[in-house]
Amino acid sequence: MTALLAVEDLSLGFATEAGFASVLDRVSLSIERGQVLGLVGESGCGKTTLARAILGVLPRETARITGGRVSFRGTDLLTADPASVNQTIRGRAITFVPQDPFTSFNPVFTVGDQIMEILKWKSPRADQPHGRGWLPAVVSRYPADRKRLDFDAVLELLDAVQLPRPDQMLRKYPHELSGGQRQRLMIAMALLPGPDLVIADEPTTALDVTIQAQILGLIRRLATERNVAVLLTTHDLGAAYEICDAVNVMYAGQDVESAPVDRFFAAPAHPYTTKLLASLPDADGTARGIPGEVPGLITPPGGCRFHPRCERADGPCREERPPVDQLGGGHWVRCYHPHREAT
Amino acid sequence: MTQAILSLGDLQVHFAVRGPFNRRVGSIKAVDGVSFDLMPGEVFGLVGESGCGKSTLGKAIMGIHKPTAGEIWFEGQRIDGLTPAARRAVRHSLQYAYQDPGASLDPRWKIGSSLHEPLVIHTDLDAAARDARIRSILEAVGLPDTHLDLYPHEISGGQQRRVGLARILTLHPKVVILDEPTSGLDVSVQATVLSLFRGLRETFDLTYVLISHDLAVIRTMCSRVAVMYLGRIVESGPTDAIFDRPRHPYTRSLVAAIPKIGGVRVTRDFWLQGEPPDPGNLPSGCRFRTRCPKATDLCAREEPALSALAPGAVACHFPD
Repeated sequence: MTALLAVEDLSLGFATEAGFASVLDRVSLSIERGQVLGLVGESGCGKTTLARAILGVLPRETARITGGRVSFRGTDLLTADPASVNQTIRGRAITFVPQDPFTSFNPVFTVGDQIMEILKWKSPRADQPHGRGWLPAVVSRYPADRKRLDFDAVLELLDAVQLPRPDQMLRKYPHELSGGQRQRLMIAMALLPGPDLVIADEPTTALDVTIQAQILGLIRRLATERNVAVLLTTHDLGAAYEICDAVNVMYAGQDVESAPVDRFFAAPAHPYTTKLLASLPDADGTARGIPGEVPGLITPPGGCRFHPRCERADGPCREERPPVDQLGGGHWVRCYHPHREAT
Repeated sequence: MTQAILSLGDLQVHFAVRGPFNRRVGSIKAVDGVSFDLMPGEVFGLVGESGCGKSTLGKAIMGIHKPTAGEIWFEGQRIDGLTPAARRAVRHSLQYAYQDPGASLDPRWKIGSSLHEPLVIHTDLDAAARDARIRSILEAVGLPDTHLDLYPHEISGGQQRRVGLARILTLHPKVVILDEPTSGLDVSVQATVLSLFRGLRETFDLTYVLISHDLAVIRTMCSRVAVMYLGRIVESGPTDAIFDRPRHPYTRSLVAAIPKIGGVRVTRDFWLQGEPPDPGNLPSGCRFRTRCPKATDLCAREEPALSALAPGAVACHFPD
C-alpha cells in the first residue's frame, strides 16, 4: 500500500542576515489514509516548518528547498504546477488547523461569512475553474444553488463538531466566541472541503485541559469516521499519546525516531526521546530536564545534531548522521547507540 | 501549630462592567469570597482554568488589584488598604513572579540594570554591595555573570525566567507568588526550571503560592492545592488527596482530563461537556451546576459553602 503522503529526505532552510539556517535536514515521514500521526518536538525543532512545507506556504523570498520530495497521492508537490496544486490540493485535499484560534479569524466579519468565503472557492461541489472569460476570478459570482447546498453542509458539520445552535453561531463575530468554540469552528472549516489530509499545528496549545480533552476526542473521532489522515504537530507528549496512531520525533531539524504509539511510549530507543519522556512532570518530583540548549541552526553540530547533549555520543555521532535503524514493527530510530534493552 | 504567614479572609475582587455614559451595568466577580491560610515553608497550589480568577487573586494579594471586600493578613499585619508608603515596606518580603518574564523585563535595559533596580528602590546599598548581591543571586539561579551585560532578547525563554526569578530574590522575600511559572516552556526546560524552584526554596527559605493551569506541574511541586472555578475555591486539600480522591465533580473532571501516558486514554470517554459560563452572568446557586452531571434543584437554589471534609474541604452538595 502506498502512503497518502510521503516526505522523503526533505531539506530546506531560510536565508537570514546571519547566514543560511538549515531548518530541516533530510526529514522523512509517511502517513496512510485515516491515520493520525503525531509530529513531536520542542519549539524550534522544525515541526511547523515541515507542516508549512507540505502545504507549500513557506515565505517565498527567504525559504530555500535544497533537496527531497513531498509526494501526495503520487504527485510531487514541490515540482508540480503551482496553479494546479492550488486548484486541487492546497485547501482542498490538504487543509490546515492553526495553532491559535484567537488570531486566525478576521475580527470584522462574522464567522459565517468567513466560512462561506472558503467554500466559495474550496467547496467539494465546485469543480469548475473560477472566473468566466476575461473577468478575474475574484469577482466571479457564487452560484446560488451551490451556495444553498454548501450552507447545509456547513450546518451539518457544525453539528458534527458539537457546536450548539449552528445557525446562530454563524451570525456571531469571532470575539463573541470562546477559544474552544473557535477551535471547533477551525476544525469544521478544515473538514468542509472534504480533505484527505488535515495538518493540525498544535491545535490545543492555547486551550485549557478540559477543553483540550474535548477537542482531541473530537479530532480522533472525526478522523476515524471520515477516514481523514491527520498530521498533528505538538510539543505535548500527553496529547500525542491520547489520539495518535504513530509518533515521529524531531530534534533541531532532524527526524530521530518513529514508532507506533504503544511501542513509542513503552520502548523509546533514541536517547533524546528517553530524556524527553523523563522530563515530564511526575507525582514524586523526580523529573529531570535535558542539560544544555537546542543548537543554533545556522552552524548546527555535524552528524547527529543531538550529540552535544548526549552522553552516549562518540566519534561517528559527530561525523556522520546515523542511518535509519529498523527495530521491527514499524519502529525505527536514527542513532548509533539506541536503547535496546527495553525492546 | 505555627502561625500562618499569609491569610485571606473572604476576599472579593469585582470588576465593574460599564455601559454607555460610564454607567455601571453589572460586575464580573473575578474573585468571590476566597479564604485560605498559607503556612511558612509550604508550596500552595492554586489551580483552575483560564478566567477562573487565579491570577486576579494573586495580584490582589500583591495590591495590584484593590479588593472589593475581605481581608489580607501578612505576618500578623493587615495589608489591604495600607498607605502606599507602608505598603512599600511589605512589598519586598512579598513578591510576584510574572507569567511572561520576557515582557516583564525592559527590552532596552541590560539584565544587570534590571537586577539593580529593585535594590535601588528598596535598599540603601551602594553600587559595589548591590553588585556583589546580584552576582551571588545570579549564581544561585544558575546563570553565568556574563549575562549581566546582555539584553533580554539575547537570552532564551528559560534563561529569562531565571532572570525574572533572580530579580525577585535579590530582595530576600519570604513569600513568592509564581504566576504560571512554566507556561510557554518546553518540557525539558520546564523540568530544570521546576527543580530550580525547589532548590531555591531550600536555600532562601521561601514560601510559594504557585498559580497554574497545568495540573502536572501542580502535582509535582505542591504540598497543598486549592481548585478554583469562576472565582471560588471549590475544593482544597493535600495534593495527594486531591489527585487520588477528588471529591468535587469539577476537580474530578480536571484530574480526569490530564493525559496519562501508559494509562487509559481520557479522550475515549471524557464526560465534561461545554465550557464555563460567562463570569458576568453567573448561574444561580452552584456555579458548576450547568455542567455538572449530579446537579439537582438544590444546586440551583443554594450555593454550597466550602466545608471541611477530611482531609480537605469541598464546596458541593453531593461530594463523592
